[in-house]
Amino acid sequence: MQHDAKSSSHAGLNVAVLVTVGRHPVTARARRADQDARAVEMALSLNDAAVRLVHAGGNGDDNEEALRGYLGMGIGEINLIKQASSADVVPALVTSLRDMAPQLVLTGTRAETGEGSGLVPYLLAEALGWPVISGLAQVESIEQGVATVLQALPRGKRRRLRVRLPAIATVDSSAPAARQSAFGPARRGELAARACASVPDELQEQWHVQPARKRPKRLKIVKSASARDRFKAAAAKADSGSGQLLSDVSPEQGAEAIFNLLKEEGVLR
Amino acid sequence: MSDIIRRDPRKEWIARNRLHPEHLEVLAELGGGASPSEWTGPSGLTRRNPHAVGFIGPNGIKRIDRSGAQQAANQPGSRQAQPKDTRRRVEIEAPAFMVAVVPDLSGGRLSSHDRDLLGLARQLADADPERPGAVLAIVFGTHKETTFGEAGVDRLLEVQGDAFSGYLPETRIAALQSVEREMAPHYWLLPDSSLGGGELGRRLAVRLGERPATQVWQVEADADTDTGWRCTARGAAGTTDIARAMPRVVLALAECAEPVSETRHAAQPVELAQALPEVLGRIEDMGEVAVDPASVSLAEAEFILSAGNGVKDWDGYHHAAQVLGATKGASRVAVDDGFMPRDRQVGATGTWVSARVYVAVGISGAIQHLQGIQSCEKVVAINLDEGCDMIKRADLSVIGDASEILAALVARIERYREEQQENRDAA
Ligand SMILES: Cc1cc2nc3c(=O)[nH]c(=O)nc-3n(C[C@H](O)[C@H](O)[C@H](O)COP(=O)(O)OP(=O)(O)OC[C@H]3O[C@@H](n4cnc5c(N)ncnc54)[C@H](O)[C@@H]3O)c2cc1C
Repeated sequence: MQHDAKSSSHAGLNVAVLVTVGRHPVTARARRADQDARAVEMALSLNDAAVRLVHAGGNGDDNEEALRGYLGMGIGEINLIKQASSADVVPALVTSLRDMAPQLVLTGTRAETGEGSGLVPYLLAEALGWPVISGLAQVESIEQGVATVLQALPRGKRRRLRVRLPAIATVDSSAPAARQSAFGPARRGELAARACASVPDELQEQWHVQPARKRPKRLKIVKSASARDRFKAAAAKADSGSGQLLSDVSPEQGAEAIFNLLKEEGVLR
Repeated sequence: MSDIIRRDPRKEWIARNRLHPEHLEVLAELGGGASPSEWTGPSGLTRRNPHAVGFIGPNGIKRIDRSGAQQAANQPGSRQAQPKDTRRRVEIEAPAFMVAVVPDLSGGRLSSHDRDLLGLARQLADADPERPGAVLAIVFGTHKETTFGEAGVDRLLEVQGDAFSGYLPETRIAALQSVEREMAPHYWLLPDSSLGGGELGRRLAVRLGERPATQVWQVEADADTDTGWRCTARGAAGTTDIARAMPRVVLALAECAEPVSETRHAAQPVELAQALPEVLGRIEDMGEVAVDPASVSLAEAEFILSAGNGVKDWDGYHHAAQVLGATKGASRVAVDDGFMPRDRQVGATGTWVSARVYVAVGISGAIQHLQGIQSCEKVVAINLDEGCDMIKRADLSVIGDASEILAALVARIERYREEQQENRDAA
């Protein structure tokens, strides 16, 4: 591996967090992106870590307001790599991460604006030759260039992984929620802008983007040879009130029924 | 039971001979159960005895139910009750191209998402009847699935080995790269699920140097594009639709296409010519971690025991939650009255939960509460009031006093745990 973790001890851990401008799902106002803010929170919760935030993109007024949301979490400055609004930010991020040489890069799983494909962490990992893990829920320890982390699985389960640093990890909504953004620090913090050549994303210009249409509901197609079955399926009411009702039973009988259901569903451990 | 009709000439002879002493019994037997009204005659034709049809109704009149309900009820598991396999067999000998699909196989079986994706793969493969493509499914590790053919798989590549049982994305990508080298599939389709195909597909696309379409939910033919297909994908956290030419690698959402239902495919096993390369993994799987159900956030929890105004014995409730290993939830009243913390409130102004099993103890089922449990799979209600709305929503309702039922449930589960312990000790 060409990039070795420089420091073997935990002290002086160098963490970079990639942040974007989010969009409020209801009001559509620019805001700090939820998953990115969780990534910042996770970075801040690491002991002795030097946290640096990186944003690549345009910086309109709107964007500045949103980015200051991250500064309000208690961060001095954001490294702002200026890019044209239609640019592919991956080359610029690769260059700046090479310069910064962090041991750990945290990102959100996918952006709240633009294509939102969630590819950036994987592209960066491929370009830098670093491993990438998804769904980071907690960093347990970092020792001798190896991080032990918990990965979030569906239904609140966790998996323990060991990953060689430097590495990239994505954070999703199962990570701890981000702290509030405070107004004063958000004003005082600095956006350290730096120009960088932007590479236009040509493919994206050919796309046709429109507000999301509601997806058609899937029809229930009944393929049955007998007319009776087809009729029954078509005329059946939506499943409601189909539940089983146990009245006038002793508590033990009721408990037995509940117990059987729990066992059938496999939720008893 | 085998489907081959076995004929017994002697019995057939008795069935024809109405004067034979065993005539009625044999008729009944040949008729396949209780009704001696239908049997297979000597020439293989179905014979009917109209006098033996029907039943005597409550007022003494003979009734004949032609809807079939009676018959179906009378002959469980008879030959007619079994659905006949009407699927057309399709075998593609020399495919013009391959469509590779990597199903999630969560829990070792094809999920409905996987089946939808295989349906999409079939669309792509069968578009041109002159040049039929084959759908190649690549599955890792051991699985329990037996219906790959029904799901639309022509070629099945099972990548076996200990290395594929855990979470080892780098090894899997190396295997998929070998597939790319040897079989050069025309398209790669993966389910865009959070921790299976979604992750693997992004890794694969980046490794292959292809720009994938993610969150695809619709694919249509379009002669203007390079691949001949156009797709619609969700962008910007699901708030926009992006219409674009379909690339080689597609990560599709659930219900992107109809699953295969009319044909049956060969699911012919194939193998890679070369051994898989050794990969020096930089990510090591240390296995799943046991989590304390109480610490799981409500929105993620799989099993919730939720308390409402009907709970009087709070110590008993907390004890029950602990014994059941359930995450605790509450209705607003329980929260407002100070029995439960605010972050445990389920409902419109609380958390929207998606538990597999939701047990509502003493909750009346106000609309604000029911909204929050819309996506729960199984709901169990424990309540005194038989007419309340929670009972209407519930899959299982037990009418009775909450504390007594919870106590009985705790006792039952402790007994179960003991039995299990004994079994383990005995083994
Ligand atoms: C704007 C707004 C938002 C709201 N948002 C929410 C929300 O997010 N979540 C929420 O939960 N509520 C919400 N509510 C409140 C909601 O309307 C109901 O008031 C509340 O859900 C009722 O809670 P409950 O079912 O626990 O109490 P109750 O309605 O008092 O029901 C108690 C139930 O317990 C049964 N019971 C009584 N004793 C026993 C016993 N010994 N054993 C067994 N059963 C017994 C009773 O038969 C009854 O069915 C909201 C209300 C408003 C106006």
